[in-house]
Amino acid sequence: MSVRHALLALLSDGPKYGLQLRHEFEARTGEVWPLNVGQVYTTLQRLERDGLVVSDGADDGPQKGYRITDHGSSELAAWLTTPPDMAQPPRDELLIKVLVAAQVPDVDVHRLIQVHRRHLVEAMQRYTAVKADAPASDVALALVVDAELFRIEAMVRWLDAAEVRLPQLLAAAPLTVAVGDPADESADGAATESQEARA
Amino acid sequence: MSPMLELRSVTKTYGEGSSEVHALRSIDLAVEPGELVAIMGPSGSGKSSLLTIAGSLEDATNGEVVIDGRTLAGMSRNDKAQLRRRSMGFVFQDFNLLPGLTAAENVAMPLELDGTSARRARGQALEALDGLGLADRADHFPDDLSGGERQRVAIARAVVGDRRLLLADEPTGALDSVNSEAVMRLLRQICAQGAAGIVVTHDAQLASWANRVVFLRDGRVVDHTAPPAGPESLLATAPGAS
Repeated sequence: MSVRHALLALLSDGPKYGLQLRHEFEARTGEVWPLNVGQVYTTLQRLERDGLVVSDGADDGPQKGYRITDHGSSELAAWLTTPPDMAQPPRDELLIKVLVAAQVPDVDVHRLIQVHRRHLVEAMQRYTAVKADAPASDVALALVVDAELFRIEAMVRWLDAAEVRLPQLLAAAPLTVAVGDPADESADGAATESQEARA
Repeated sequence: MSPMLELRSVTKTYGEGSSEVHALRSIDLAVEPGELVAIMGPSGSGKSSLLTIAGSLEDATNGEVVIDGRTLAGMSRNDKAQLRRRSMGFVFQDFNLLPGLTAAENVAMPLELDGTSARRARGQALEALDGLGLADRADHFPDDLSGGERQRVAIARAVVGDRRLLLADEPTGALDSVNSEAVMRLLRQICAQGAAGIVVTHDAQLASWANRVVFLRDGRVVDHTAPPAGPESLLATAPGAS
């Protein structure tokens, strides 16, 4: 998540103080992502260094105000239409776990899939409870929670599909294709471990 | 508190010999008042059998079904029908409203079938519709209502007359996500006010409205979720929080 661009967005309707930016950020993201004051000031300093915002020159502290520059406005406009980074480590991790589990002796892959399904549904229950308990007027919170629910639901549906394909996977020859990004050490390590376990 | 619904070692077998199908195998399940339980599983896992048996629409092959403290075994057809009318409400995917009756008449019908006077039944029906935000739709026919409104009428029909066991089969299957959420929010509220509810679904978003999710596979309960933790537990795992 880009705190940097979120702060630029908040500055686009007028100059603000650091503390004010923190409150507005939390309010607009349904207070799901708490920001500490240090994070806000460090990010503002970097934005100023890069010429995206200017400060009013007052002493550091809560009374120091910031304003977006023209450069900052065009950076914000470009960021808004740039496709998001589609890399999703949590789902990749699940994919690798299920793929390699099929190769590990004495692992019940159906059981493994169910354990992950349960964890995911429990996380969805917690998010849904947040939405159920929130006032209907808190649209920002509902949007943030919906995004998480849809993301986790996609993982549950992937597990459902994986379970249907499982007999084929278990019957297939051992995997020889590389799974995951070779640069990702944890994925690499998991695959190596399972091959060792098989040997 | 005693459970509103209890299944004890319930099995259901269809056919016999080589064509025997075990739809349910030794199911134990208790649903307390105030609790909404989701039964989640793929097609053919036994979800619908479980619901029809819990709703006394079908008999278990073995085991015991207890509803509101009354054992179904040995109960006459008439007694079961009366128990259904007085204690249970059903919500189906396709609403099952009678097209020739208005919303209020649909909701009043179970009460009238049970001998309540037409006037009293209408009063209670209007109250139930009002509680679900449908007071101004009472005299509309189902064809004049949106999908979300029809399902809310069906929920009003399921809870009218203080029935305490709600049984829902994919209740949002025909609705978009906003209307689905409204329906699940209502079911959750009704249960929070003291009813016991079961929703069977294959949809994780729907199931996540329940206090407890029970996972069914091949006619067996294979798993269930832990009692819900507070929302503060999300902060530790929310992406970007670290």
